[in-house]
Amino acid sequence: MSQRNTMNEAPHSRRAWVEHHMGMPVSIHLRGNDIDSDAASRAVGAAFATFHAMDEIFSTYAPQSQLMRLRRGEVGIDQCSTRMREALALGEQAEQVTRGAFTTMLPSGDGGLEFDPTGLVKGWTVDLAAEHLAVLPGVSWCINAGGDLRVGAHPNLPRRGEGAIVWNVGIQDPAERTRLVGALALSEGAVATSGTYARGAHLYEPDGGTMIERPGSVTVTGPTLLWADIWATALFVGAARTRGAFATGAPGYAVTMA
Amino acid sequence: MRRITLWGMSTLSVLVLLFNYHTSLGSTVNGSVPVASRPSALPGADPATGASTAAAATYDGQAVMTPYGAVQVQITVADGKVTAAQALQAPMADGHDQEINSRAVPVYNGEVIDVQSAQIDVVSGATLTWGGYTASLQSALDQAHL
Repeated sequence: MSQRNTMNEAPHSRRAWVEHHMGMPVSIHLRGNDIDSDAASRAVGAAFATFHAMDEIFSTYAPQSQLMRLRRGEVGIDQCSTRMREALALGEQAEQVTRGAFTTMLPSGDGGLEFDPTGLVKGWTVDLAAEHLAVLPGVSWCINAGGDLRVGAHPNLPRRGEGAIVWNVGIQDPAERTRLVGALALSEGAVATSGTYARGAHLYEPDGGTMIERPGSVTVTGPTLLWADIWATALFVGAARTRGAFATGAPGYAVTMA
Repeated sequence: MRRITLWGMSTLSVLVLLFNYHTSLGSTVNGSVPVASRPSALPGADPATGASTAAAATYDGQAVMTPYGAVQVQITVADGKVTAAQALQAPMADGHDQEINSRAVPVYNGEVIDVQSAQIDVVSGATLTWGGYTASLQSALDQAHL
């Protein structure tokens, strides 16, 4: 149970940190006991460091990232972090289970396709960063990476009922971003929302081979942000067969449309 | 009982919005959250349940971010009527956690809750750029706890 914060004297019942990573705001919130401790600060630092490390591997903006050097043939995959092979495998798996609606093979400048795992790196990074926060006793946490988020708590904290720490997650209205269309309460899990209303046509539709822009948004919840985010993208761009694949191939995940 | 609670919270949100306008705190990002869009949700206005709140109860409402910090109001409801309203100044200095925590919450997928009834902790939306973030609801929520 979080402690009461009575103006000045009591310890924080909640703290927030915000940093800029991968071109987006990343905020970490902690609630619960001992969130003013050095251990809590170190865990948050390690979580943010995870974003930095993954960006050095996978950035498509930094010419010296491992991904860009791999693409130019300056290094082989064995000289890259083991994360690179994992990303390739995750990309193939995602393409299979979404029936082709999500892909990590995106159009390159010269008319071909090249490996671009950007669409899964963010959610994956949040899941990896969360491991640093999950070890803090009595602490519930939330990592929000540009609108896709994951919440969780130490294994000893209850997930429901007395003593559970619950996060109320507002879902942004795709038609008016200062409004909310709904809200979910959860103590553990991921919430990913895909749409093109915030930054224009940046989602790739493999069937048509084009970047698409359309109104509305798709929100997917589930155990990990890696897969919630993959499915949110796939369901936003995908066809009926993708919705069928989700219904049967994504146990533990749920979708809502706005 | 839960339904009654929601009435209270909705009423409170209306009060919060009025409070916001009345004190001329200016246009804020969170001022656009549709907190007052359900006037029918006033206490006693729903004939469907026929329930009445004989005992007085207090409800802590949704905090509304202003340029001066979070504004939050507590109301007392007795017999379906608001009998007292009090501003809580400190962000998160409330008993709201306990109330939410007493609900059964399915893990992972979450329980759908009423935007009007809940104090929002975080916001999910299409990927924000850093530029768009500064005017976002999430930014206001972060600022409240930095």
